[in-house]
Amino acid sequence: MFACIYIPNFPVAAVLRVEPELRPRAIAIFEGSPPLEKICAVNEKSGRFGIAPGMTKAQAELCPEIVLRSGSALQESSAHAALLDSAQSFSPCVEDTACDTALLDLAGMESLLGSASEISRAIAHRISAFGLDANVAIAANPDAALIAARGFPGVTVILPHETADRLGPLPIAVLFADRLEGEERRAADQTLATLDRWGIRRLSALAALPQIALSERLGQEGLHLQRLALGSASRTLVPVEEPLIFEEAIELEDPVMLLEPLAFLLNRLLEQLCARLAARARSTQELRLTLGLELPQQSKFIRTLRLPLPMLDARTFLKLLQLDLNAHPPGAPIVKIHLAAEPARMRSAQGGLFLPPSPEPEKLELTLARIAGMVGEHKVGAIELLDTHHPEGFRMDRFAPGLPLKKPATEMSPPRENAVTALRRFRPPLHAEVTLENGQPVHLACRKEMRGDVLWRAGPWRFSGDWWEHDAWSRDEWDVALQNHALHNGESLALYRLVRDLLNGAWFVEGTYD
Amino acid sequence: MSSAVVSTSAASSRLFVFDDAPVGAPVHNAPVEPAPAEKMRFLQSALAHSQSSISQPRISPASVTPASRLAIRPAPEMASSGIPALDALTGGLPRGCLTEICGPVSSGRTTVFLAALAAATRRGECCVLVDASDALDPRSAADAGVDLHRLLWVRCGEGSPRKNNSPQSHRVTEQKKTTQGNASRASEHRLEQVLRATDLLLESGGFGLIVLDLAHLPPQDARRVPLTTWFRFRRAIEHTPTVLLAIEQQPIAGSCSSLQLQLGAQVSEQAMPRESSSRRETAAHARLLTGLQITVELACSRLERKPARSATFPTQTAWAAG
Repeated sequence: MFACIYIPNFPVAAVLRVEPELRPRAIAIFEGSPPLEKICAVNEKSGRFGIAPGMTKAQAELCPEIVLRSGSALQESSAHAALLDSAQSFSPCVEDTACDTALLDLAGMESLLGSASEISRAIAHRISAFGLDANVAIAANPDAALIAARGFPGVTVILPHETADRLGPLPIAVLFADRLEGEERRAADQTLATLDRWGIRRLSALAALPQIALSERLGQEGLHLQRLALGSASRTLVPVEEPLIFEEAIELEDPVMLLEPLAFLLNRLLEQLCARLAARARSTQELRLTLGLELPQQSKFIRTLRLPLPMLDARTFLKLLQLDLNAHPPGAPIVKIHLAAEPARMRSAQGGLFLPPSPEPEKLELTLARIAGMVGEHKVGAIELLDTHHPEGFRMDRFAPGLPLKKPATEMSPPRENAVTALRRFRPPLHAEVTLENGQPVHLACRKEMRGDVLWRAGPWRFSGDWWEHDAWSRDEWDVALQNHALHNGESLALYRLVRDLLNGAWFVEGTYD
Repeated sequence: MSSAVVSTSAASSRLFVFDDAPVGAPVHNAPVEPAPAEKMRFLQSALAHSQSSISQPRISPASVTPASRLAIRPAPEMASSGIPALDALTGGLPRGCLTEICGPVSSGRTTVFLAALAAATRRGECCVLVDASDALDPRSAADAGVDLHRLLWVRCGEGSPRKNNSPQSHRVTEQKKTTQGNASRASEHRLEQVLRATDLLLESGGFGLIVLDLAHLPPQDARRVPLTTWFRFRRAIEHTPTVLLAIEQQPIAGSCSSLQLQLGAQVSEQAMPRESSSRRETAAHARLLTGLQITVELACSRLERKPARSATFPTQTAWAAG
């Protein structure tokens, strides 16, 4: 059993997929370079206004009700990818017959998906969820399904014994694809003209012709066409493993200058992208947003959103993109939006009643993005210590507690018997004036609460490093105790780390032991 | 016993009992406590009088629940602070509650909260440090046993002079001489960042321990946080396993905190840093800071009524601990 998904009037369908509000209107698609732009596809409503393929754009513009759109290879590519994604969700064996046609092998799928009519309805429902209007037909062989999808609108199921009778009333033109070009188009037109001269206009008439006479006049091609008309042609599908590319794009007639309408368009693209990913049981860990700007010409604004874990939530993605664009606005009106998602396996997590609490990845990502907008992008995250003796030898890393640890838990330091005395740093370190006696600090003057005689001192401890780099460093460290003037009674001591930069001789209070 | 007047608020249907002693009458310094049975009879008559004077749905005395039968709020679950002496004093840090740790400079506040972070990360919990002054020393945190992979550090402030904290020249910049007004505005800005970040983190949820480090903020600036904010924080973590820890110089959360700990620097000779050298050399290069003696006083606990107590425990520097 084979199914065929056929999208009639594919260029128009590709446009309507990204602009569904144009469905009630009369639409015409033009292609070519000005001033020789010609209409290549129209919908039914345009046909009633007398607009037909082959007319020039200028002729079509005379009709005020017509909505003109230029053909977009990117939109057609996205629509084609959506067609394949929906087909792949029903069968692992899918043939990419044409940009507007996909054939599925449904052998063995009845026990999984139901009867032929149920499967055909499910396919139609799935393809419409992607914003495409398609004809779906199921027949005993691929070519019969293909011809039925081209000829009958909506959902069609043809039983094996009634193939010839059901296909009989269809016009001869359904034997040939819509979008043939060059030599194939000329050969098809010639054959159609010949059959028309003979008075053969239906498949039933072609099927009734004598085989020998037909082969004498049209050769093997004629016999092949007769087998197609009878629904007896048999062939195997050629499944094509498409690379998993998930991209959506839209070109705008009027430039978008505000972020709110841009968010509306992004939401539409994200929903389509997430639906396609879900159909392939995939999620994404990286989103690339490319905005085509009006000025300067052909310039692009690219933002990449990298996620700590694979996710598939259009609302979360939209929020993250909005926060990112608020922090990094494009700076010019937008004329084109292109969104690409890098597919990744869906994450699976085994829950448990006794596991410690952990934040939800989607909520956490939004929270971190909001906090980064407040304090700065590099001021929030986890800490990674660097292999250096430099006192500020660390860098900020992405906070992703769900990812596997770089160092196993068994290698972590065991709990200590006593608490470890901690240092609090001043960033930047505080400049100080130090009085020395026999090379040792005896008086310190820094802030109001950090001045006085040094009551106790230890040191110096010398550190240096990176002498082979431009930013070499060398310092002496002292631990000093002063009277704690912050207290009214001043009965306690305050311990500070005092540092002398040996390269320039300056003194700093680097931190306090607390 | 002086007669009492029962008044009913029509808006709220609540009963208020006033002492109706005549003006000028001597005030009894020691009020006589009526017997329980007499109290109940009086209450019933007062209720009947109020219902007859005002047309309200009748409240039957049987529907009044005695205080002895009211449900008691369950005690919160306690999480280890990582310091045995502190756990023995308080039972640990209460989950779903706000705890304040107060003290002056060098009183051990940072040591205590790093120990709590280490214990929490060791339990596998995700933790957050909202650092108002960007004062955390990552090396100290690692030495204390904090799993840095599970610690989210929010560094509030004006902006870092460098985006990447990779080792650079140690020629730090001169301290900017700011006017008092600029410093105050900077402090306000940091506080605003801390409060907004805390709101977002509490809304996100899922963290075992959230530490608000306000230790470097001047007390007069820290006191600007309105009590409604602390109340909102407390309500946000109620009935959750999150421990909210605030580090300050002085208590500022009022009745919103369930536990207040006061850390103190010792005044006695023992407060002086212990010297590792047994020969007691006077030269500074022969001395080594090996640790501190921290005293913790249980200033206030709303979890259970117990007299204020204190505990003392030693700390060790990373180089002395080995």
